[in-house]
Amino acid sequence: MAQLAARGISVDFPLYHSETRSLRRAVLDRASGRFGADARRRPIVRALRDISFSLASGDRLGLVGSNGSGKTTLLRVLSGIYQPTAGSLAVDGSLASLLDPGQAMNPDMTGRENIRLHARFHRMAVAEIGAFEADVESFADIGAFLDLPVRNYSSGMMVRLSFAMATAARPEILLMDEWILAGDATFMDKARQRTETMVRHADILVLASHSAQVMVEWCNRLVWLEQGRVRADGEPLEVLSRYLPPQQFEQLRPKRSEQPEPIPAPLRSGTSP
Amino acid sequence: MSALIEGDRTHSRGRDGAVFHLAADSGWPQRFGLMARDLRDGASLWRLAWLLATSDIRLRYRGSVLGPLWLTLSTAVMIGAMGFIYAALFRADIRQYLPYLSVSIVIWNYLSALVNEGCNCFLTEQKLIHGARMPFSLHAARSVLRNTIVFAHNVVVIVPVFLLVGAPVTWEILWVVPALLLWLLDGFAVAMLLGALCARFRDVPPIVGALLQVVFFATPIMWYASLLDGHPLLGVLIRFNPFFHLLEVVRAPLLGGAPPAGSVLGALAASAVALALAAVGFARMRGRIAYWV
Repeated sequence: MAQLAARGISVDFPLYHSETRSLRRAVLDRASGRFGADARRRPIVRALRDISFSLASGDRLGLVGSNGSGKTTLLRVLSGIYQPTAGSLAVDGSLASLLDPGQAMNPDMTGRENIRLHARFHRMAVAEIGAFEADVESFADIGAFLDLPVRNYSSGMMVRLSFAMATAARPEILLMDEWILAGDATFMDKARQRTETMVRHADILVLASHSAQVMVEWCNRLVWLEQGRVRADGEPLEVLSRYLPPQQFEQLRPKRSEQPEPIPAPLRSGTSP
Repeated sequence: MSALIEGDRTHSRGRDGAVFHLAADSGWPQRFGLMARDLRDGASLWRLAWLLATSDIRLRYRGSVLGPLWLTLSTAVMIGAMGFIYAALFRADIRQYLPYLSVSIVIWNYLSALVNEGCNCFLTEQKLIHGARMPFSLHAARSVLRNTIVFAHNVVVIVPVFLLVGAPVTWEILWVVPALLLWLLDGFAVAMLLGALCARFRDVPPIVGALLQVVFFATPIMWYASLLDGHPLLGVLIRFNPFFHLLEVVRAPLLGGAPPAGSVLGALAASAVALALAAVGFARMRGRIAYWV
């Protein structure tokens, strides 16, 4: 049983390298409510405030919110990258995060070399690396590019390889940021299938995206972040009905009722909110 | 769908490292606990550290005909040129001076690379640090291993120099083994401490670089320590120079003698201080590094 729990997590970003006068003034004015000062009166940005939720096997959580609402920061906290300023994180289960395209890749090394690095990162023995490499290769399906330096990849190929590497390691918890949606329709289809198989095997998915369509199809729970706080938490359609402008939500609904079983057809037509 | 995903989950890697708790900073017991976990995780990733370090070297010389041999060659050229000029300047016997200089330069280059690159060991890995939870000790170990590989290439230069002047090699040379192990430990500690410090204060790397320049000239590297014998003030300078003792414990055995007891003590004391500072400093800064880089 995989578990992921956030308890009262807050994150403040220190503003060390940009201590300009105007910023200080913004801090003093507290105009926007997201700037503040810490105990030692240093300027900070309040990135996350008091985030709590817990996920168990089978949960597929979507994070929605406008730019700068804290989605990526929350994914980094859940990955264990940022130590929270307050609150705590409890993870039980192997975890993989897809936060930046090509994050764990060395651009000067070939795709294959990067796969081997990744295998070592997962502490695989030599015997396991071969199977891992074969699995990534067949899923990424980028042909001869696998033997070229990653520098020469298109962003779509980067997505394919990153996704294949992250999921081939069989994480019990997968965290993904929205850039993963840069894959083409065929790949998206494959990716969703693979994620669903994963989740059927009692795993957890956390996905940040701006695409309502993707959220409805991939997730069974949504958290709406606003200004670093949880604005709403619940059923995807219920949260979206409040999050989306009414006409956009109306566009979403008919498609859902026509198709009881979600299939990624809207993705192929390139619908975006 | 792939067999790996569908397959049984109880694979050989087990569930080690799968349980992870991270709470907001709550004082020293937690800080040291998280540091210990970082070191443990880093140790279990030693294969990755080695692979990254060797890849660094290979990538640096990808497309070059001589490849890493350039490391050896450039050091050889430098020692060859400097050896004759400085032997004349110091009126030293070239048969003694050339081995002394070649050993000094090669180990000093190693030491200064350990310190200089240690400063940047977290800053340069910003993408990795922001991409996944990874022990910081992995990045420090990578920097140390990479520079140790460079050092191994440079050591080769000493061999023809010794053959050329017929310098003796004795059993005392075995002292080099514990001495270099001490260096590896120190290099790792310095990378953990300076790496974290430099992530926060971006002025530290150039300051460290400038200080190392001063140390290079103020420490007997190109000149003999015996030149200062009898000098009241500068003699003291050497006795309290930790770099002199650290260099001496490696240099003396390579030149055919046992390391002087005073230098062994000095090197051990300097290492103890470095390790203690690194442990406290890293434990204090660890949780903030990801925010700083």
